[in-house]
Amino acid sequence: MLSKLFFGYFAVVLVTLSIVIITRKNPVHSVLWMLVMFFHIAGLYLFLNAEFLAAVQLILYAGAILVLFLFVIMMLNIKEEVTAKRFIGCWPAGAALGVLFVVMVASTLPVFQQGPPGPFSIEAIKSATHAKALGTLLYAEYLFPFEIASLILLIAIVGAVVLAKKGSNE
Amino acid sequence: MVPLNWYIGLSAVIFSLGIIGFLIRRNILIMLMSVELMLNAVNICLVACSHYLQDLRGQVLVVFIITVAAAEAAIGLAILVSLFRNKATVHTDALTEMKG
Repeated sequence: MLSKLFFGYFAVVLVTLSIVIITRKNPVHSVLWMLVMFFHIAGLYLFLNAEFLAAVQLILYAGAILVLFLFVIMMLNIKEEVTAKRFIGCWPAGAALGVLFVVMVASTLPVFQQGPPGPFSIEAIKSATHAKALGTLLYAEYLFPFEIASLILLIAIVGAVVLAKKGSNE
Repeated sequence: MVPLNWYIGLSAVIFSLGIIGFLIRRNILIMLMSVELMLNAVNICLVACSHYLQDLRGQVLVVFIITVAAAEAAIGLAILVSLFRNKATVHTDALTEMKG
């Protein structure tokens, strides 16, 4: 009962904040509401026994990506944004597409059947600690995808510098 | 115990709000933030499934998604900065160079 109440609180807050984020006029307000939302998602991760991912969520999303967004908003210095039109002309079509997606998922959910449980029970993770269990899996079984992820980050760094450099687009 | 279906439903709702935000907003910054919203919805679904199916591989996938999200935000915002330098606008309907 208590866990359902907990989940209900997080669900209501997350959905409300998502609606708030996509409807604000000022992008700075959107970013700040997104910060609140990321804190709630981290809480949901804690609720699901994923404490390492909760920490990563706070450090990476709330700490790095949102600061990046804020920096870019301040660089752009958008003054007319608060008076400009918010939505495109045919916004009901986009909204209908989103609602259609929810209806599609909701109609398939009742026949969803859970697969057999894997080897990582809560006790097994607890005895190894979450970060260690995740790290063992990441650096042993998923070593090659991990290296590819580092390559993606390298390309992102180089690409961002090349794209944002002054005078690179004459 | 909360059923797994609730988490998948919550994730679907947040994902669709991300879709709606991406489709209906004029501001490219908010569109990029909607993409982050969608990626976070997928992350919630993966973590919930990994907890209920007792398999950590879903959480490994979340680590990779966070990596790609960081790269996507950096590249997207760099494109936005160079776009703003050339056109001085962040509205999608002002960008009609490639219209036939």
